[in-house]
Amino acid sequence: MGKVLAVCIVLLTILFVAIAWFQSGGVERHRMSAARTPEEAVRLMLTDAQSRKWDDAYSRLANATDVNKSDFIHDLAGSNGSLRTYAGLENFDVWGLRKDDRQATVRAKLHYSTAVGPLDDVRDIKVQNTGGTWKVIWPANTGTKLPPQVIPVNYLRWDVINRGAGDEWGVENVDGPQVRIVSMNALQRPDRIVIVGEIVNEDTVPAYVNVSATLLDANQNPIAQETSFDKISHTLLPKQVSPYRIDFPGMRLDKIKSVRMDPKAMLVPASADPVIAINQQRIETDPLGRKVLRGELVDQSGQIVNIPHVLASYYDANGKVIWVSDGYVDQELLPQVPVAFAVDVPDDVAAKVHNYHVVVNYYQNSHS
Amino acid sequence: MSASAADLRAPAQVAAGGGFTIASSGSGEATFYLIGPAQVSKRKVQLGGDIAVQGDEIEHAGRYTAIVCASECSSTHFFVHPVEASRLSFLVHPSRVPVSQPNAISAVAFVFDKFYNLVTGPGSVDFKVIPKDGHEISASRPSENGVAWVRLTSARQEGPTKIGASVGKTSELRVVQQVASEACNLRIKSSWTGKQLRVETDPVKDCSGNKVPDGTVISFTTVDTKGKTTVDAPVKRGIAKVEIPVSGNARITAASGVVTGNELRVGGGQ
Repeated sequence: MGKVLAVCIVLLTILFVAIAWFQSGGVERHRMSAARTPEEAVRLMLTDAQSRKWDDAYSRLANATDVNKSDFIHDLAGSNGSLRTYAGLENFDVWGLRKDDRQATVRAKLHYSTAVGPLDDVRDIKVQNTGGTWKVIWPANTGTKLPPQVIPVNYLRWDVINRGAGDEWGVENVDGPQVRIVSMNALQRPDRIVIVGEIVNEDTVPAYVNVSATLLDANQNPIAQETSFDKISHTLLPKQVSPYRIDFPGMRLDKIKSVRMDPKAMLVPASADPVIAINQQRIETDPLGRKVLRGELVDQSGQIVNIPHVLASYYDANGKVIWVSDGYVDQELLPQVPVAFAVDVPDDVAAKVHNYHVVVNYYQNSHS
Repeated sequence: MSASAADLRAPAQVAAGGGFTIASSGSGEATFYLIGPAQVSKRKVQLGGDIAVQGDEIEHAGRYTAIVCASECSSTHFFVHPVEASRLSFLVHPSRVPVSQPNAISAVAFVFDKFYNLVTGPGSVDFKVIPKDGHEISASRPSENGVAWVRLTSARQEGPTKIGASVGKTSELRVVQQVASEACNLRIKSSWTGKQLRVETDPVKDCSGNKVPDGTVISFTTVDTKGKTTVDAPVKRGIAKVEIPVSGNARITAASGVVTGNELRVGGGQ
């Protein structure tokens, strides 16, 4: 009887342990520890990255000895106050491109949620079969090292001193900057009216600009009012031109009689530094079949640009602005280091584009 | 003793700040009210004599009502007009103006007396312009309803210009900064520094020969075999320059605002 009881207790113990193992995800962990397909390997690595389990994610690399762990983390989580450091990996899509017994290429589309809206990142990731388990081959040396150096910065800077509270009314004050809208084009899109154009700072001082538009009906009554929000380069140096775009969701042009434009400008302190070059601009088709305007940004100054913002205006053969698109770069600009960017161009617009002009806006965490 | 009915007789017009008297009829004590644009006073008076109104009670120009109340009330009206002009409010706009702009500067003078009443009667204001390097020019303009104005064309040379207005012994001075206009004859040249092409402008000036201020942005655009490159570089010491990587044959242009310059064509590495 005693022996039977002992055997029963042992069997029950094993049973309970097994149940607990199942419930705690033991099957999943076992499955996760050995990715059986290239897609699974990438999916598991990105799941760990999404949960910020960097040790687990790093352990899924086939070339971990060649890849610096901090570079790997910075590549996925961002660094230096870039937009990606304020973003979260919401979800991702993974599908295979090519595969043989030993190597494969998997395309991953990562969906980030950021303070400025959703951001997508498409990567082609190589995967390797090591002893029956697929592991990710991560690009080595993804972080570019900046050599120590001194970069002189002697660009102009402007400060503003306004009339004080104690000054008498009518005493001379500094006037606001003169800005002018040089072009305006109202377009009907499938789900909205879009007003695009360009604005120039005609003054000799920097201006903080914003453009708003009011749609008027046949009786000159306002129907809707919107501003350009972030689809404009707000700080314009003297003689600098910025595109702008104002969206009116759900509106139709046939209900509009006229548009009243209202550019606003105010004096702000500003600096002519950093100067950012935009290299190798060209319109291409990306791996997902969309038309994009690609290029490279190069920060020619000595300070890090935390969050670059690219604005592009597109012209037809008559020089009229037919579209404005923008995109945030989720990577910081290190001095002298090129960083790629791409902004979407609608297919129907791309067919009519004769020329384009790109400007770079930026947001800094702090000013030195 | 009770007060009998009273009449008030005041002059039709008096000067601001000047004391005067209002004749009254009747007898006894009454309450006197004086109501003006910015003044209300009340006191006991004796009817039958002159009621004194102090100068500080009628500093503000406008229509006044004097009321005296005993057993009944009676009132009279009179007007206070400004005295001679002795203050100016001088507005000059804008504080910054491009050179050689016709009628771009507006100078407006509001004429007040010493009590800050707008002097609407006929008068004149003397305007003067003192350029940075030049002789003073003055002209007199009549004031209408207390306002005198003049429009001026900005000078051909950049620099500060003083604009003044005076009336009587009072004068006010303002400064208008005349700045260079749009860039004119924008020209660029290039030279090779290693593998990069250095592109720089000639000294950037407007059509009157004034250098554009430092910080003015010049947009350099290069089109080569790898695509288009754009750099917005500010002018420093009159010149803007950039170094651009060039691949193959390239076409380079520059622009400042809506003004474009010449075009350069270079061969890669040449």
